Formats: sequence, C-alpha cells, structure tokens
Amino acid sequence: MSRVETVIAARKAAGSGALVGYLPVGFPDLQTSIDAAVALVENGVDIIELGLPYSDPVMDGPVIQRATQAALADGFKLGHGFDAVAAISARVDAPILVMTYWNPVLQYGVDRFADDLLAAGGAGLITPDLVADEAAGWLAASDRTGLDRVFLAAPSSTDARLRQSVEKSRGFVYAVSTMGITGARADVDQAARALVARLRTAGSTSACVGVGISTGDQVREVLGYADGAIVGSALVSALADGGVQAVARAAAALAAGTVATGPASE
Amino acid sequence: MLRDELGPYFGEFGGRFVPESLIAALDELDTAYTTAKTDPMFQAELAQLHATYTGRPSIITEVPRFAEHAGGARVILKREDLNHTGSHKINNVLGQALLARRLGKTRLIAETGAGQHGVATATAAALFGMSCVVYMGEVDTERQALNVARMRLLGAEVVPVKTGSRTLKDAINDALRDWVANVADTHYLLGTVAGPHPFPVMVRDFHKIIGEEARRQVLDLTGRLPDAVTACVGGGSNAMGIFHAFLDDPDVALYGYEAAGEGHLTEKHAATITRGRPGVLHGARSYMLQDEDGQTIESHSISAGLDYPGVGPEHAWLNDIGRASYLPITDDEAMQALRLLSRTEGIIPAIESAHALAGTMKLGMELGPEAVILVNLSGRGDKDMETAGAYFELFDAEAAK
Repeated sequence: MSRVETVIAARKAAGSGALVGYLPVGFPDLQTSIDAAVALVENGVDIIELGLPYSDPVMDGPVIQRATQAALADGFKLGHGFDAVAAISARVDAPILVMTYWNPVLQYGVDRFADDLLAAGGAGLITPDLVADEAAGWLAASDRTGLDRVFLAAPSSTDARLRQSVEKSRGFVYAVSTMGITGARADVDQAARALVARLRTAGSTSACVGVGISTGDQVREVLGYADGAIVGSALVSALADGGVQAVARAAAALAAGTVATGPASE
Repeated sequence: MLRDELGPYFGEFGGRFVPESLIAALDELDTAYTTAKTDPMFQAELAQLHATYTGRPSIITEVPRFAEHAGGARVILKREDLNHTGSHKINNVLGQALLARRLGKTRLIAETGAGQHGVATATAAALFGMSCVVYMGEVDTERQALNVARMRLLGAEVVPVKTGSRTLKDAINDALRDWVANVADTHYLLGTVAGPHPFPVMVRDFHKIIGEEARRQVLDLTGRLPDAVTACVGGGSNAMGIFHAFLDDPDVALYGYEAAGEGHLTEKHAATITRGRPGVLHGARSYMLQDEDGQTIESHSISAGLDYPGVGPEHAWLNDIGRASYLPITDDEAMQALRLLSRTEGIIPAIESAHALAGTMKLGMELGPEAVILVNLSGRGDKDMETAGAYFELFDAEAAK
C-alpha cells in the first residue's frame, strides 16, 4: 500500500476516514503557505493536497482562482512547489499529494517532474484535467517511481469509466461530489453518495469525496459512506481572511467531523 | 488523404485534456455528431438554413484595384463577410445549434473574443428559442461594445469575464466552468477549431463548406485552382474552413497569417505557431504561448478575434508536416490593409480578416502577376469602427466626445 492508502486505511480502521486538506503553494506567500500546510496537519488534516498555481484553472471556483492568481502575480515558479513539498515534509509526516493542471508537468518533463517530486518527499499527483486515457507518460513515470496518481470520477462518468478511474488510480479515487467546480456548497450532493456506491461496485476501496465540503458536519456526513473528505475553498478562504491561525482553526473544526462516532462503516 | 483526418489526434496534437466531469458530454456530442454527419435529414436541415438564413453560397469577388498592391497577382476574396451576422462564424453555430437541439439541450453557452461568435450564437439561440449566455473578456466587452449590445438585443446574457487577462482565453475558462456545472441541459457552443475532441473536427466540418464553395467558384472563374489560399489564424476556424477543400491539392499553397501585434519579436503578439511551442491548453495539445513553467502567456493583438494564445490542433499538425505555412502580420500591417481594401474596393473588412489581406499583399509580391490567390474574407469591419476610427483619427474632435 502507498503512504496515502496506508493513512486512509488506518483512519478507516479507527472507525472514521481521512481528512484531505487543500492549499495552494505561494499564497499569500511561499513561507506562509508552507506554515499553513503544516498547521493543517497539526490540526487534524491527514493528507495534504498542495495546489500548484496555474494560469487557466478550469476546475476551480472563485476562491481558489483568486488565491492562485495572486500567487502567480506574486512570482510563483514551479520550483517553489518542490521547495514547499520538501519544507513541509521536513516538519510533518502527513503524505503530500500535489494537485496540478497538466501543462506545467508536461513542460517540466513528466519523468523529471516525477523524480523531483519523489526527491522532495511528495507522495504523488492529483490531476484535474488529465484523464487516464491521455496519461500514458504519467502512468509509466508513476509506476517507475511508485508515486500515487489520483484520477477523478464524476457523477456523469459511465460505469466503464469509473472502473478505469479505479484501476488506474493509486492512493485514492477523487469522487467529484457534484457537477461543478470547486467552492463551498450548503448541501453536498446526494450525487456524491450515489457516486461512491458506484465506485464501490467498480472495486474501489479508497474513494475520497471532494468539491463543496466546507464544514465539520459535512465531513462527518461524507465519511459515513466514503473513505475520505477533501476540503479546499473553505481552508483557502480562512487563510485569506485570517492567516495561519485562522486556517488552523478551520482545520480543527473540519477535523471534528473525523472523530469516530460509531463503529467502522465496513 | 489529408482531408480524411477525423481526430481525436492530428499527429501528436489534439486529444481531450479536460476534467472527467466533461467526458460524458464530449462522448455524447461525438456520438451525436458522428450520426448527424451521415444523416440526410440533418444535412438537409443545415443546407436549408444555409440557403434561407445565412445566405449561402457566399460569393467570390475579384479585387483588381487592391491587387495592384499585391504584386499584380489575381486576388479573389471569398466573401464570408456577407453572411448573416457578418462573418463565417454562423456556419459552425447553426450546425452546433441543430446538434444541441437534437440532444435536447435548451441552453447555449459560448465564449467570444471580437463578439462575432457570440453574436452568431445569440442569433441561433433566438432562432431556435433557446436561452443563451455568452462569456466575454472584460477587455473585449470594452473594445467591442457594439457587439455586446447586439448580443443583448438578441436576448443573450453577456457575462464580462474579470479573471486572468480578461480576454478570450479567460472567457473559454469560464465557459468550461459553466459547462461542467450545467452539462445536463447546456451545450457549450465552442467557436473555433480548438478545444477537446470532437470540437476541432466538428467545427472544421461545419466550416469546410467555405473551401468547397470557393474551390468550385475559383475553378469556374479562372479555369484553374488558385496558387495559394490565405486566411487569418487565431484559433483557426475560418482558415481550416477554407483550407480543408484544398488539403489534397498539392499545388495549392496554404498560408495562415497570425496576429503579430506590435511585432512577433516583441512580447506583445498572438503569433502562436510562430513563437509558441506545444503544450496543453483548453483541452487539447497544440502550439501555445507559454513561459518555461507552462503558464499561458497573455497574447496581444489589435484584433480581439485573433487575441488568443492557442491555436487549433489541426493547424499545429499542418504546420509540422509542412502542408501549411504560418506567418506573422503586425497590427499596423493589418490596419493598413484594412484601409487599403476599403479605399480600393469599397469593402471594409474585419481587422481579423485584414491580417489575411496584409499577408496576401506580401505573398502577391513574391508570386508575381501570374499568380491566383484566394483570400478568406472572414468577416466585415462594421464592429471595428471604434478601433479603426481611433487608429486613423477618423472621428471629429467634437464627435469623439
């Protein structure tokens, strides 16, 4: 099992599931983004999803767009991503998955990117605009390095495509809760529950739900049927509004939703 | 046969680099399009719209007074500017709107740069009784205010996009975000030969009527095929439309003219093939303008319709196999050609199309008076009067206030 899978399995064994927290590198500045990621782990986040700012983030809503655009305007370079992974993994043990749109990886060189991510202590990649069909180079590089590769599964995906996402993913499958982009929502769709059930049928033992989750109660609800809950915009908002202290409080509030309240669901 | 390429790849270009949430919609569209392509009912419906709504076939016009400035070559314009809504864009829009209706979609969304594609989409939405949202970079809503009013008059909602460079590329991002969230009832009516499969192939096919008509018309007029076919290239839809019928005529040279802005060696240009390198943008692998980290670089052109840092994957492929040549034309070269055609022939072209005219002037000098050059005059210049008026100081000082 990969480090990410091990963490998720351990949280499930304890009767709950994993909390995955997203923050972008370089927002509001490089050092603060590192400190904020460390604070996530110190406040109950199990797995870090570290976003690399990109000029054309089609899967992201306004909160994350604003943050990543500010980081780019402030001079974010791809190299800062590896620096941040190394700095965070020197301070905390939680596995770090880098979330990146595909072109930066392609331009850096897929193999070189994999090697440098591994050397920095990263656990793998979440690729929002790379479906497994187009990922031959990354499948080979991740097999060679042992890095995790998280592909997305959507409510609109056919059963055959869900099976492909499950088969090709390592670490977990990213179950997109709703048809839409990142950002807080009052209700995390019923669609998420149905999608995770379909992913189970497709053979998934490690499915994390993301998009729209912003409260501890939603985390608890999601962990009732999924193996992990992914939170992004709510953490980025807290960081933007109140700095590292606020993001630490937000993480702790979300982590309250991971406290086991009953027997393991499986 | 080069004309037989069906995607999703053209050589190493193309593909589908999109969030998983969109794959089902792309598959649905691909299936519907593949069926419609050989469905006589669909083709008849589209042909009927071409004949009774768009005004096809569009004519060709030989322009001898303009041609005196193009080395004396015979210059023939394909008059897509005379189509309903003022450009070639309507060809693709009607095709896709018919498909959307077949798919049971009730809402059309589109991106637009100059506004021509947005106007065409708003027009189709009005015609078919669909709702319509057009995403347009805030910068473009300012420089193409007339087209914004036109879209709103047609009943569309125009959303000024305030993120990124606030131009066409950001409008595409927002349209993709909308589509991800509303794919059940919404068709994204992409306006160029870029984006994920099947858009590059489908949009090309809806425009290839331009080249098919023109090839026949030029044969009828001159008794032979042209020596060269020219078009402007932003995303590249009008160029693919006129090139396609000639792809397997090896003696016909194909020239695409990219917007070089203040010069392709400056940092303010939109010369994607001339200055860019392969990468992934808006769902496909193609040439694009990007920095060493793969971040998209903002493009620049006086023409909103060419102000795009990407280009369709089929053009990238035609460039790499040497079938078509892509050359830069500056803002000023285009504006001089715009004025020249206006004054020599009484035809005011769109600034986009003026890039093709400026390129044709240079090409004519090279090829000489024996040559026949077919130019795609992709749009009319009405929408550009603000820009041209300011550029040539045509407004009276009082009126300008």
